[in-house]
Amino acid sequence: MDNPTDRHPLAIETEGLNLWYGDFQALFDVDLDIKRGMITSLIGPSGCGKTTFLRAVNRIVERLGYVRTTGSIEVLGQNIYDPKVDTVQLRKEVGMVFQRPNPLPLSIRDNVLFSHRIHRGKEKVTKAQEGEILEKALREVLLWETVRHRLDDRAVNLSLEEQQKLCIARLLPVKPEVILMDEPCSALDPAGTEAVENLMWELRGDYTILIVTHNMAQARRASEETIFMLLGKVIEHRATEELFLTPENKETADYIEGRYG
Amino acid sequence: MFEATALNRRNERVEWLWKVLFLLMTLILVVPVIIILSVLVYKGHGAITWEFMTEMARSGGREGGIFPALVGTIWLVGVALLASVPLGVASAIYLSEYAPDNWFTRVINLAIINLAGVPSIVHALFGVGAFVLFFRFGASILAASLTLAIMTLPVVIVATRESLQAVPRAFREACWNMGATRWQTIRRVVLPNAVSGILTGVILEVSRTAGETAPIMFTGAAMFIPFLPQSVFDQTMALSYHLFIISNSIPGVAEETKYGVALVLITLVLAMNALSIAFRVYLRGKKKW
Repeated sequence: MDNPTDRHPLAIETEGLNLWYGDFQALFDVDLDIKRGMITSLIGPSGCGKTTFLRAVNRIVERLGYVRTTGSIEVLGQNIYDPKVDTVQLRKEVGMVFQRPNPLPLSIRDNVLFSHRIHRGKEKVTKAQEGEILEKALREVLLWETVRHRLDDRAVNLSLEEQQKLCIARLLPVKPEVILMDEPCSALDPAGTEAVENLMWELRGDYTILIVTHNMAQARRASEETIFMLLGKVIEHRATEELFLTPENKETADYIEGRYG
Repeated sequence: MFEATALNRRNERVEWLWKVLFLLMTLILVVPVIIILSVLVYKGHGAITWEFMTEMARSGGREGGIFPALVGTIWLVGVALLASVPLGVASAIYLSEYAPDNWFTRVINLAIINLAGVPSIVHALFGVGAFVLFFRFGASILAASLTLAIMTLPVVIVATRESLQAVPRAFREACWNMGATRWQTIRRVVLPNAVSGILTGVILEVSRTAGETAPIMFTGAAMFIPFLPQSVFDQTMALSYHLFIISNSIPGVAEETKYGVALVLITLVLAMNALSIAFRVYLRGKKKW
């Protein structure tokens, strides 16, 4: 990535984004400005389009084949639908963490180094350098002390919380700008949830985090801005505290009070 | 209060009846296998000597050993594998990992299923037409092996495709979301986890290939050659065809010799199957999820 983008204040900026799955329209005129280095949460009832929006940001929705979009999504000021954009580069910059931790069936070490290895091509990297990358990523997700002595164990033998941290760690070696999280704590127990939320605060500033959650308490605890979506439309987008204390919109108020879900 | 009623007792009797019935069916299935194996061992073990395994056949198979047939079978199976495994695995990878779901892919899938159903004698005639005559390989190991390869391709494709699809989709999605290409995903994650299933399929194919007679009959198997094949363009003896010949074309072959050949052939096949099972168990233990 070139340097001019480093100063760009917005991580993600969409304008008039519409998205269809076949004949079904899932997103309607989504205009959003997501600030750099912040944690922004996306809330709303099931089927409101929040996961679709998340998946549009790294263009992984396109894998489905029957998806059509209009409008624009800019990541760091660059339109990701520009024909010059390569999805491999985009996905390197915009990483995704899933609902269920999905470590690869490899060792802890190979999991963390996976994305680095696929993106570095023929560049020579020594064992020592790989070791540093590995340690740095695992330290960043607060996992280093727990796993330092068993880096060659299978990743799937870790606890779910550790697996989810590992799934975050494996994005870091390629220095992504944005980390998309799709309900990252829904498979975790309360302690694991707390640990991942603390981790998000640690990563805040260095990375832009966009998190989809069904859990309003989580949005409140673990985000600075909140976006409320309903039926494919953005209803309200404000600082988290404001949105929860003084929602401007009736639908938002009804949702956060639990009148529908 | 909790005593069995008449209805409970009747249900229990019916339950018992069905269980016994299913057990009997299962036993009926196993009995012939045991009988075949015991008869072969009982009647054929006397023929199995060091000389029988390592000497050339003499006097049309009445005397001497089966060494050229044993070597011939190994040649046929080996060359068939060289042809069918790369082809089968590659096309299975395409069908499972790359192909979109459209009418074209469905036609290909249908063709594969139908290929599996083609009788082996039809494959044999195809082999004669295509490899022996059209490509002018003549009756040779090459022609026979290619015929065998085409016959066993569906097995390789189906086994490979199934083992690829047994690798959870979540792994692929994780890779794609990190910007891995399909090929990187296949090479680093999917194939290493599918290899046990693929190898099982391949080894099962070997055992089937080793036992087939019809496809090699007109394409490369010879009744009697007192020396070993030197290249893939030679004809060769083969265990299965040798057994066929000494059983119905050559008078005066000792019973014991016939059973001996059958015993060697079935041992070869069973050993392959056992190897395949052992391998699968071993690789499964190494799986990382």
